Amino acid sequence: MSLLQQLPALQVAVPLIGAPLCALMGRPRLAWMFAVVVAWITFAISVALLEHVLDAGPIHYTMGGWPEILGIAYVIDPLNALVLVLVSGMAAIIMPATRIGINVEVVHRARHLFHTMALLALAGMLGIAITGDIFNLYVFLEISSLASYALVAMGIDRRATRAAFHYLVQGTIGATFILVGIGLAYMMTGTLNMADMAARLPGVSHTAPVQAALAFVLIGTAIKAAIFPAHSWMPNAYTYAPSLVSAFFGATATKIGAYMLLRLVYSVFGADYAFGEMKIGWVLVPLGLAGAVAGSIVAVWQHDLRRMLAYSSVAQVGYIAAAIGFANHDGLIAAIVHVFNHGLMKGALFLVMACVIMRLGKADMESFRGLGRRMPLTMGCFVVAGLSMIGVPATVGFISKWYLVSSALDAGLWPLALVIVGASLIAVIYIWRVVDVAYFTDPPPGARDEAPAMLVIPAVVLCALCIVLGVTTDLTVGVANTAARLLGGAP
Amino acid sequence: MTSVAPFLVFLAGAAIVALSPSRLRPIILVATPVVGAVNLWFLDPAVIPDAAVMDIVLVLHHGDRLSHLFGWLFHLAALIAAIYSLHTNDRLQQVAALAYAGCAQGAVFAGDLVTLFLFWEGLALTSAALILARRAPGSVRTTLRYLAVQVTSGLLLLAGVTVLHVDGAGTGLSVMELDGTAAWLIFLALGIKCGFPLLHGWIIDAYPEATETGTVLMSAFTTKVGIYVLARLFPGTEELIWIGAVMTMFPIFYAVIENDLRRVLSYSLINQLGFMVVGIGVGTEMAINGAVSHAFSHVLYKSLLFMSMGAVLYRTGRMGGSELGGLHRTMPATTGLCIVGAASISAFPLFSGFVSKAMIMTAVIEEGHDWVWLALLFASAGVFHHAGIKIPFFAFFAHDSGLRPKEAPPSMLVAMAVAAAACILIGVWPGPLYSMLPYAVHYEPYSWSHVIAQCQLLFFSALAFTLLKLYRLYPPELPGVNIDVDWCYRWLLPRLARQALWLAGEAAVPLRAASLALVAGATDVGRRWGGPSGILARDPVTGTASLVVLFVFALVLVLHLVHGL
Repeated sequence: MSLLQQLPALQVAVPLIGAPLCALMGRPRLAWMFAVVVAWITFAISVALLEHVLDAGPIHYTMGGWPEILGIAYVIDPLNALVLVLVSGMAAIIMPATRIGINVEVVHRARHLFHTMALLALAGMLGIAITGDIFNLYVFLEISSLASYALVAMGIDRRATRAAFHYLVQGTIGATFILVGIGLAYMMTGTLNMADMAARLPGVSHTAPVQAALAFVLIGTAIKAAIFPAHSWMPNAYTYAPSLVSAFFGATATKIGAYMLLRLVYSVFGADYAFGEMKIGWVLVPLGLAGAVAGSIVAVWQHDLRRMLAYSSVAQVGYIAAAIGFANHDGLIAAIVHVFNHGLMKGALFLVMACVIMRLGKADMESFRGLGRRMPLTMGCFVVAGLSMIGVPATVGFISKWYLVSSALDAGLWPLALVIVGASLIAVIYIWRVVDVAYFTDPPPGARDEAPAMLVIPAVVLCALCIVLGVTTDLTVGVANTAARLLGGAP
Repeated sequence: MTSVAPFLVFLAGAAIVALSPSRLRPIILVATPVVGAVNLWFLDPAVIPDAAVMDIVLVLHHGDRLSHLFGWLFHLAALIAAIYSLHTNDRLQQVAALAYAGCAQGAVFAGDLVTLFLFWEGLALTSAALILARRAPGSVRTTLRYLAVQVTSGLLLLAGVTVLHVDGAGTGLSVMELDGTAAWLIFLALGIKCGFPLLHGWIIDAYPEATETGTVLMSAFTTKVGIYVLARLFPGTEELIWIGAVMTMFPIFYAVIENDLRRVLSYSLINQLGFMVVGIGVGTEMAINGAVSHAFSHVLYKSLLFMSMGAVLYRTGRMGGSELGGLHRTMPATTGLCIVGAASISAFPLFSGFVSKAMIMTAVIEEGHDWVWLALLFASAGVFHHAGIKIPFFAFFAHDSGLRPKEAPPSMLVAMAVAAAACILIGVWPGPLYSMLPYAVHYEPYSWSHVIAQCQLLFFSALAFTLLKLYRLYPPELPGVNIDVDWCYRWLLPRLARQALWLAGEAAVPLRAASLALVAGATDVGRRWGGPSGILARDPVTGTASLVVLFVFALVLVLHLVHGL
């Protein structure tokens, strides 16, 4: 077998094996270089997989040659290929910045393990995305979650430990819910392979265990995706974690949650069952929009900008949840596209925070005074990504909002379209607050002091992508369109 | 040889100029139109890809004879203006000029209405920068007024295109009937750009306030893009004949009493646009040929006239007819070149106006619009009066103002000479221009009857001017402001609006209080829930957060089980 055919396995194996090797290296500099190489190889693999999937259709890969039903199967279709590209791409873009990033923001005694944990989290998330086996999904979920708790706890702020503990408890509840849901479904179908389970579930779908299984899975993924009101772990975790960790997780962790929800609902339980009979749209749409409004409102009052961004993420995840809940073709596109697009902009914004913290030690409203003159490039990135967050045309945010609104209209729920637009207007307030302070107040004395290139360049790259992909939508909308069609679209 | 879309050359030029040191900028400025012309010459339309925004395809390049004629014209105009502007080295102006020329190229080669709209807005923004670049007191306000009008035009166009798109009529550039919302919206948008009566205020307001070069460029591009699109979308629309006839007539009276010479030229610009609009309205092959060729020669002689006035402005700092006069002593070359322009606009035989305007006139009479023909005849006499005689006379002759400015800078003279040469060349040898027109030309301008009729017209017009001057009946050159439609939006509307606002304010005090209370209330609620100590933003207690999750889970579970019953 050629190397090319083994790409699905390598996608996960490379970072998974890379992680302990990183730990063995001991020297942070060496570990960093190794992690960067691993991240980029992973990224290259995911791009190759996406291309292959778009050309030749879904890939079915069986581990160790066991038949799909008995062994572990990896199934790659456009949906998870896009998620793989997002996760590994964010890792590839952010990892180089960690060399200097961790010097300021990671507690000293944990630095030698930082890259190990980062690669573990990466491997876990990629595994969740790639696997076609529902129990395997849980295993990878645990791998990525445990690594995430550790990474959050590495924050130099003492409150990071408490945030990590809360994250750990909530995350474990979420994972347990998912496990219970999987267990119930396994009990009724006797299989763990997603496709096989999907084929057997309709026969037993009227039974209480299966109905309960869907509820467990729904709430479990809602916690992992930080859908309001199960978002409580996120604000503190992203505020006190090292900013680069926030950048990576802000761009990927909740997105993996949203992906799990999509995958389990569409490819396991089936859209007809979940939306048509169990009406999970009635849960997702109200909660999603409540989160969009609540998250935006809370973001307006935040003093620490990382906290503001975290609450903004609550709002953005709310949009994704609502889009899934609308359960039509445009909604599915909106959800998939926003998973990707929000990853780009939130990544960029948290990188900006990393830049500011690098120079000023904190990222509250005070430290942003006059920053437009002091760190023009960094603030430029904030403005571009912020405009995208608002949803200004010619940015990726606009594309997501466009499909989201048209999906609400398609569902015949135009008042909800107004809610979406209203929540976006609140985003104008919280982004503008920062712009106002950065550009229209006098800077404290001090010369121009841009953050180091290693931190600014990734932010610039993501901002550029925010604009490029906001104008040419072939990659995002094109792939999302194919993915939505393959998932079966609306019930 | 690979080519790119013509507008890209100019936009690239603009970008390079924006980043270049000041010594290189003039060279790039002049080189860009030349490179653009080479590019256009070797252009293979097939290699220019369409762009796409969401599900709308943007046809970036669509070149037929009409587009190419305007494309070449705009290259020539851009080159002339670039040379003309070499006396200054102002980055803002240079970048704006190239970007503006790029947008004009993009607009005439646009293959669909959405692309056209993008460049339409581009034209508005870049030309606004040229007004701003004058940096005179009031420039900002003029720019804002100008932008307001141009953006309105853009929005009307966008609204029309949107209606078309929603109706599923497609957004191609095809001939339209003037019925339905979309067509009227687009027609109005074009009406603003072409200076239809009552929509023309911005031309009079803004053109005389731009920089010397800015006015030259604006007179070449903005209105002519309007004419080009009008010729594409609405040929043979009868309303245009009457609109055009009015456009040729009313500016004459204003032009005669106006003192600011560049404003006189702006009025005469509207008058000339009127001829083209009439031609498009008639819509026969000869009429369209006439309108288009008139646009071609018009750009050249009008920019020549604006350039000569710009030179006067540059050397003396004055533009009022009452403050000028007698400049021919020290600016003989400028005077001579201005007279070439004046002769062209007045349609002297052997000058460019003669060979183009005649086609429109002939087409009008052939189609039996006798009254319109008479109106155009009157307008022709008027043109000679205010543009042909008044401009050079008051600026360079008339009473001696005592000013002894230096001759215009060489760069200006070269630019004017190029334009003048083109005017004469077209007048003497119209063949090449005719061969570029959209339709085959079966017209010979130099027939005896035409030459003699035109000479008579010019002679009596000149006679009238002389007699009026001799008997002191001619309106004296007085500094003053003439009230035109721009008065409506510069004086009347603001006052009306202020009155209305005041009334509304009185009536709405309770409403205002209520809405303020609403905003305050909403902010309050927002703060109570989402503020620092709000329940939504509170630091989570692990147990409570878990309870919340459990509660939601319980609800969902009940929901599912109930559904399953």
